Amino acid sequence: MLVAKNISKNFGGIKALERVNLEIDRGKVNAIIGENGAGKSTLMKILSGVYADYEGDIFLHGNAIRFLNPRQAQEAGIAIIHQELSLIPQLTITENIFLGRELTHYFGGLNQKEMRLQTKKLLQRLKLDLNPDTPVYRLKVGQQQVVEIAKALLTNAEVIIMDEPTSAISDHEVEILFRIIDDLRKENKAIVYISHKLNELFKIADCYTVLRDGKTIESGEMHGVNKEDIIRKMVGRNVEIVGNPIANNFTDDLLLVKDLNLKISGISKNVKLSDISLHLKKGEILGIFGLMGAGRTEFLESLFGMHAKDSTGDIFVEGTQITLKNPSDAIRAGIALVPEDRKKDGLVLGLNVKNNISLTVLDQIETAGILSEKKENILADKYIGELGIKTSSKKQLAKNLSGGNQQKVVISKWLATHPRILLLDEPTRGIDVNAKNEIYKLITALAKKGLGIIMVSSELPEILAISNRVVVFAEGVITAEMPISEAKEENILQAAIPRSV
Amino acid sequence: MLVKFQSLLALVLLCFLLGVMTDIFFTYANLINVMRQISVNICISVGMTLVILTGGIDLSVGSLLALSGAITAGLLKFGLELPFIDTFIGFTLFGAIMAGIITGTSLGAFNGLMITRFRVPPFVATLAMLTIGRGLTMLYTKGFPISGLGPQFSYLGTGWFLGIPIPVWISLIVVAIAVFITNKTRLGRYIYAIGGNESAAALSGINIKKIKTMVYAIAGALAAVGGIIVTSRLDSAQPNAGNSYELDAIAAVVIGGTSLSGGKGTIGGTVLGAIIIGVLNNGLVLLNVSPFWQQVIKGVVILLAIIIDKYNSKSNG
Repeated sequence: MLVAKNISKNFGGIKALERVNLEIDRGKVNAIIGENGAGKSTLMKILSGVYADYEGDIFLHGNAIRFLNPRQAQEAGIAIIHQELSLIPQLTITENIFLGRELTHYFGGLNQKEMRLQTKKLLQRLKLDLNPDTPVYRLKVGQQQVVEIAKALLTNAEVIIMDEPTSAISDHEVEILFRIIDDLRKENKAIVYISHKLNELFKIADCYTVLRDGKTIESGEMHGVNKEDIIRKMVGRNVEIVGNPIANNFTDDLLLVKDLNLKISGISKNVKLSDISLHLKKGEILGIFGLMGAGRTEFLESLFGMHAKDSTGDIFVEGTQITLKNPSDAIRAGIALVPEDRKKDGLVLGLNVKNNISLTVLDQIETAGILSEKKENILADKYIGELGIKTSSKKQLAKNLSGGNQQKVVISKWLATHPRILLLDEPTRGIDVNAKNEIYKLITALAKKGLGIIMVSSELPEILAISNRVVVFAEGVITAEMPISEAKEENILQAAIPRSV
Repeated sequence: MLVKFQSLLALVLLCFLLGVMTDIFFTYANLINVMRQISVNICISVGMTLVILTGGIDLSVGSLLALSGAITAGLLKFGLELPFIDTFIGFTLFGAIMAGIITGTSLGAFNGLMITRFRVPPFVATLAMLTIGRGLTMLYTKGFPISGLGPQFSYLGTGWFLGIPIPVWISLIVVAIAVFITNKTRLGRYIYAIGGNESAAALSGINIKKIKTMVYAIAGALAAVGGIIVTSRLDSAQPNAGNSYELDAIAAVVIGGTSLSGGKGTIGGTVLGAIIIGVLNNGLVLLNVSPFWQQVIKGVVILLAIIIDKYNSKSNG
């Protein structure tokens, strides 16, 4: 149905795509697999009309086509849901969904009522229980993603490209998404599905195309290959997967949280944490699993002093009670937070790698009030070396690094504060398989050095891969706690599913 | 790079053209004159650069310039009378100047407090201060100039040292300190971090409110320095001094390549921007261009600067 032949694309002398071939069939979920930088996103941007300047041919229903802009691609029936959300925060859900294709009355006035109604239907179909008039900035990343999907569904596109649609949404929502994808497949639409999560692909995809270094490596049917085959094709070699952790007997108390309560009430954001009590020992990795809205992120934020006004409870670090009014207090107490959204909250993208690493510890690289470039270089070199950050130089801007390396920079800037407790919120979101493994190894190594680590994740395999102990959140309370030896996908999920639904 | 290559090229080209078209552009007297004329704008623009680097804007600098100048002049000439307790305080030259700078600094800090504690957008907070400052100046001077401030004070605006006017020295010192702060101190790094990504900066434990308040206070202090130079040069504090100076300062910052959304830009670029505006003004006067056309041309140059800047950043990224 949609065929791309010998597509090549250069960016200032660098070959992003080299004679790539792709065939997309109706009624199938076509997976595009490859590491970050393999050329997936570039190829999708060509198919959806973002890049008009490329070599090669594209055929839709057998006719040669060339889109000059995204609008033409949309009109031809190709919709794309970008990995980077493209919603306008100040507009409401309805306004975003109908942006550029507003419904009007005879005289050009907006037909608010009809748009609102259709939005409500779309949201219901996606099981997102929100008021269509809610401004998008009030939504969490996961909910915004669902709105993006609703936006694409509205166009009745023939080809729907989904670029990492599940990178930010909870397993519960993934289930809903898969049901929708299944419906679309039955309606004989063509779905192009890009994801790093191989487990997902085996659940949902019919056929695959693997890209590596801008070239097509192989295409085929999903059944008949296994995970190891795919990984080998993606990276061109075997990848060692981090081994299963054990429930060690950790003895030294590090962190004790007693009866933490939190209440954030807003128009659409209503988060509540009730009587959260837990402990963390030195050298332990505590995995926290929960669905969207379970309060996992807010729990970490409270431990980092971000909700001082809305929370109550007692926090002890190594037996001493501490008061956290703001992030500075938390940093002083030896707590570090690697936030969920590294581009928004983790990095200053316009600053270079070494400036980002030193940002938390500028007072330590000062001599008589003057920043020492020498000390800063030593600091940056240390972490670039220790964490294996791949960057052309320490003066490279943070925005030019790949996702995995950006995450390592964020971790570096926190390790520089010599924390005792490291809080990680979705540490591998949007990072490719290879880089994920490196992050896992890093986390495990840090724990071995005696750090206490709390990792929040919405990916069960990740929780199971490196945690020593698992705590499950649901609707703001702890519903289960188990050592890793007893943790199974089934019992974790069971505890995570909200009772009130 | 300290300054943008194309801005430098534009300046060289402009100077070359003026050198060909007029006889007096490349004379010592004229070049020194240009430098003296832009020294006030450089002081204000440096403060403006710091503010814009944090992602803010300061519209009040022209008014703060007038108020600080008037306070310095008034205290120097009349001293301070406190009728309720029947006291009179006389001011030395140094005391009067300090009082002017303290006035600028505290009202700048007030801007910062409004912006950080009460979350008033910088544009609005400083717009309010623009009229408050102007009003206070009118109240203090009763609408009349305060003149005849003595030879000691006017040395600051009209004197020379090593063949260079004192105001140029002052602006050079201000630039040197600002370059040092932006490149070599924690404050400077925090300013770039806040402008680049406020949320990430806050999560890194940086006290955003404190840094921003400091930056607006610095902008106010530098406006006061400008006010003292202007007052001293004219030997008179004019109630309407510094009118629309904020626009020249913003123009210098923008031509110098600093991003209005914050996080990107240099003091060096701003200095170059101020020089380009100064040379342009001077050249248009030398060429006998009507003042009305001068304004139009200045506007066109600002637009061109932005367009070239956007075009460059696009082709680089």
